[in-house]
Amino acid sequence: MTTLQQPIGTMAEETPFRRFARAYLASKVAVAGLVLLVIVLFAALVGPLVTPQNPYDLKVLDVMDSRLPPGNKSGDGKLTFVLGSDEQGRDMVSAIVYGIRTSVLVGVASTVVALTIGLTLGLWAAYKGGKTEGFIMRLVDIQLSFPPVLIALILLALTGPGLGKIIVALIAVQWAHSARITRSIALVERRKEYIEAATGLGLSTPRIIFKHLLPNCLTPLMAVAALQVASAITLEATLSFLGLGLPATSPSLGLLIANGSQYLMSGKYWISVFPGVALLVVIVAINLVADQLRDVLNPRLQTQ
Amino acid sequence: MIAFVVRRVWQSVFVLLLMSLLVFVGIYAIGNPVDLLISPEATQAERIATAASFGLDKPMWEQYFLFLRNALAGDLGRSFAYSTPALLLILQRMPATLELAFAATLISIVVGVPLGLWAGLRRNGFVGKAIMGFSVLGFSLPTFWVGLMLIMLFSVYLGWLPSSGRGQTALLLGVPVSFLTLDGLKHLLLPAFNLALFNIALVIRLTHSGTQEAMLQDYVKFARAKGLSNARVIGVHVLKNILIPIVTVIALQFGALIAFAIVTESIFAWPGMGKLIIDSIRVLDRPVVVAYLLMTTTLFIVLNLVVDILYSLLDPRVRLSDAKG
Repeated sequence: MTTLQQPIGTMAEETPFRRFARAYLASKVAVAGLVLLVIVLFAALVGPLVTPQNPYDLKVLDVMDSRLPPGNKSGDGKLTFVLGSDEQGRDMVSAIVYGIRTSVLVGVASTVVALTIGLTLGLWAAYKGGKTEGFIMRLVDIQLSFPPVLIALILLALTGPGLGKIIVALIAVQWAHSARITRSIALVERRKEYIEAATGLGLSTPRIIFKHLLPNCLTPLMAVAALQVASAITLEATLSFLGLGLPATSPSLGLLIANGSQYLMSGKYWISVFPGVALLVVIVAINLVADQLRDVLNPRLQTQ
Repeated sequence: MIAFVVRRVWQSVFVLLLMSLLVFVGIYAIGNPVDLLISPEATQAERIATAASFGLDKPMWEQYFLFLRNALAGDLGRSFAYSTPALLLILQRMPATLELAFAATLISIVVGVPLGLWAGLRRNGFVGKAIMGFSVLGFSLPTFWVGLMLIMLFSVYLGWLPSSGRGQTALLLGVPVSFLTLDGLKHLLLPAFNLALFNIALVIRLTHSGTQEAMLQDYVKFARAKGLSNARVIGVHVLKNILIPIVTVIALQFGALIAFAIVTESIFAWPGMGKLIIDSIRVLDRPVVVAYLLMTTTLFIVLNLVVDILYSLLDPRVRLSDAKG
C-alpha cells in the first residue's frame, strides 16, 4: 500500500475507511441494498416496540379477526390490518416483523459460529499443511458432497424442531464452506513475506496464525459471511415451511408462509404472499450488499 | 489408478459407516428405542417381545452390529403408517422422484441454454441484461415460495395447470410414469419447473460465460472465414463446444435435485420419496425415516464415488493431487 502525497488544501483526509466508503457508494444498486438492509435490521432490533400488537401473545388475538383481507379493521375497532390477518387473527405486519427478528437471529448466530469454526480449521489446515491439512480438507470435501438441505434434514429429523436445534443444524451445514474458502485465502497469504518474517522471529504457531495470518484473511471473508447469512435465512425458512425447523407456535417467516399456503386455493393470498415478499426483501438486500462488498474488498475476485 | 480407486472405495465405506452410526445413535440410543420401533398402541407383552427380538438387552456395540446386519439384509423395519416394509415403500416412491428430477434437468437445459446464448451474444442489450438479472434471482429466491406463487398464478388465478398430484399415469416397463399422458404432463410441468429454477440460473450463467469465451476463439473466426452463416457458427460450432461443461455440471447437480425434491414434492403433493419423508417425520414413522436417511446417504456416497473415479479417468491431475494430500 503506497501513501499518496496529498496536495495541500484537499477536502478530507484520505483514510482506509473513506476509501472503502467511496468505493462502496459508487454503485446505486448497492446503496439501495444497504438502505433495505438497514431498514430490515432496524425492524429486527426495535420490532416489538413499534408493531401494532404482539402477534404471539394469544391474549391479544381475537379469532373473530381471522383471515381479514388487507385494510380491514379489527372487531374492536382499535387496529387496522394493513396487510390483513392470518387464521388466528394475527396482524400480518406485526407477525412479519417478529418473523424477520427470528430470521436475522438464526442467520447471524449460525453464521458467526460456523465462520469461527471454519476459520480456525481453515487457517490451521493452510498453515500446517501435510497430514493435518489432508485430513481437514477431506472432511470438508465429504461434507460438501451432500446437499445442505439433506444434512439439515438428517439432523432435524433426529433432534426434532427447535430454535437451538435449527441453529446447530445450520452451523453443521455451513462450517465446511467457510473452512474451504478460508484455506484458499490463507494459502495465498502464508507465502507472503510478513509470515516468513514472523516465522523467522521465532513466534509461536498460534500467535502467527491468530495475530498475523487471521487479520489478513478476514477482509475477503466478510462478503462470504454476508452471503452465508442470506443462505442460512433461506434454509431456515425452507425447513420451517416443511415443519422441521421451528416449532409451530414460534414467529418465523417460513411458518407464516406454510400456514398461509392452506388458504391460497381459496384466494386468501395475503397470508402467504406478504411474509414471502418480506423474506425476499431480506435475502435480496443481503445479496446486494454482499456482492458490492466482494467487489470492493476483494478486487482479485472481480474478474472471475 | 488402482490405489486411487481403492482409497476412494475405502473412504466411501468409512463415510457410510459413520452415517449409519449417526442414524443409529440418533434413533436407537436416544430415548426408549422400543417406543420408536413399535406403534404406541402396542401392549406390554408386545413391548417386551420387541425389546428381546431387537436384542436391546445386549451391549451397545452389539446392538449396532445387529442394526447393520439387518440393514444390509434390506430389513429396515416396518412402516407404522402403511404397515409395509419401509424399504419397499421408499422403492415404490422412487420412480416419481426420479421422473421429477429428470424433467427438471431437461427443462433447465432446454430453457437455460437458449437464454444463456442470447445473454452471451448480446450482453449489452436490454434482453441480455434482463436474462442475467433473472439468473441472479434464480439463485437467491427461496424455491418453496416461488412454488407457492406458481400455484397461485397458474392454478388459482389462471386455472391453466393443476397444483397437486401426478395426474393420470401410464405404465412404462411396469413403472407408472406421468409424462406419457397429457394429464400427467400437465401435472408434471409446474413442479418440474419449480425444481429446475436453480439449475436454469446455473445453466444460463455457464452458457453465458462459455459463449463469451468461445466467440473469441480461432475456430469461430475460421468458421466465419469459411463463409458459414451466423446461425450455423453459433448453433453448431459454438454450441458443441460449450455444451460439454454444461452437461457435466448438470449431471453432477442431479443428486442435489433429488435432495431438493423434498421441498418441491411437499408443495405440489407429488407422491415421491421427498413427500414420503416429510410425511413420515410429521407422524413419527421412524422406520421410514431411518430407511430414507440410509438410502439417500448411500445413494450420494455411491454417486460421489462414481464421479470421483470418472474424473480421475478423464483428468489424471485429480489422482496426483490426491496422492500428495
